[in-house]
Amino acid sequence: MFKDIIGTINSWTGAKKSRYRAKNRLQLVLAHDRAGVNPELIQKMRQEIIEVVSRYLDIDVEEMEFSIQSNDRITSLSANLPIKKIKRGNTKET
Amino acid sequence: MSRVIVITSGKGGVGKTTITANLGTAVAQLGKKVCLIDADFGLRNLDLLLGLEQRVVYTIIDALSGECTLEKAIVKDKRTPGLHLLPAAQNRTKDAITPEQMKEVIEQLSPNFDYIFVDCPAGIEMGFRNAIVAAQEALIVTTPEVAAVRDADRVVGLLESENMKSIRLIVNRLRPEMVQMDEMISVEDIMDLLVIPLIGIVPDDKRIITSSNRGEPLVLSEEESLPGMAIKNIAQRLDGVEVPYLDLMASQDTLFTRIRRFFGFSGK
Ligand SMILES: Nc1ncnc2c1ncn2[C@@H]1O[C@H](COP(=O)(O)OP(=O)(O)O)[C@@H](O)[C@H]1O
Ligand SMILES: [Mg+2]
Repeated sequence: MFKDIIGTINSWTGAKKSRYRAKNRLQLVLAHDRAGVNPELIQKMRQEIIEVVSRYLDIDVEEMEFSIQSNDRITSLSANLPIKKIKRGNTKET
Repeated sequence: MSRVIVITSGKGGVGKTTITANLGTAVAQLGKKVCLIDADFGLRNLDLLLGLEQRVVYTIIDALSGECTLEKAIVKDKRTPGLHLLPAAQNRTKDAITPEQMKEVIEQLSPNFDYIFVDCPAGIEMGFRNAIVAAQEALIVTTPEVAAVRDADRVVGLLESENMKSIRLIVNRLRPEMVQMDEMISVEDIMDLLVIPLIGIVPDDKRIITSSNRGEPLVLSEEESLPGMAIKNIAQRLDGVEVPYLDLMASQDTLFTRIRRFFGFSGK
């Protein structure tokens, strides 16, 4: 458990230890394999999600992350979309 | 009736045949009647690792075509009472036999053995279908490497969709010193990723190679070795005995790790 947390932190900080790189890459690739989705489909979905969300929020496109993850053989899509600022202009000018 | 257990991996070269030879020998040493089936058509190797290559006369294909009886095709291992081998054909392709035929053969053998182990070829095509068709249990062999783990996951998915009753994991060629340096994925990592129960860990060891040079499975050796013990432990666990896992670091303990362990940092 503790090692797992360290592993995650290490992968965030881009630590060089290959064990964590291997585990992280595997988590991603297995999730994709299990979901049976192809990269183009993900790419398309990603663009459409950005499009919709951008109508309401100013998101930081550079920093965002999409990933399909698998835990205990349950697969989920997670999107991390950092918000620069909330767009107010669309509703009312103040 | 026998328990029919397929040893499979997806990827080639991860140790399926090595483990089939050693595990089969170890289970026979427990006093069981064991038949090993080489399902790797065209790339037959199990006879070689068992040192039985000179004694192969007929193969499973000859038995199926009526050239000989099934009993005649089976080679008895004289060193290990209870151990038998049904060889694959070397000169035929993987499609020389259908899953139905394989099932028929295994059903015929079943009353005469306690355990039937099927050594599966690499891949997920016809040869794989043949190997899994009659099995109720599967042992997934993987090494701590990205490609092997990925392929193992593919196979687990396929076996689950075939409703395989039991799927258990063997991690082969583990190098504990690399895991300790965080330069190799650990057994826990693999279990996290594949989400199947573990039945054994076999360290990477050059004695596996020297024993295959001789055609004598390592578990036959008088001299104790970690990989030999690891495989004997798998045999026990298969047979329902709870055996604790070996400390694979023990052989390369440094003062540092011993001190760490002394203070309760087990490295877990
Ligand atoms: N635990 C181990 N330590 C060292 N070498 C091993 C180990 N397990 C397998 N090998 C070696 O790996 C190679 C492939 O093994 P093999 O059993 O033929 O794999 P597979 O049947 O999965 O293709 C062989 O050369 C074998 O000696
Ligand atoms: Mg093989």
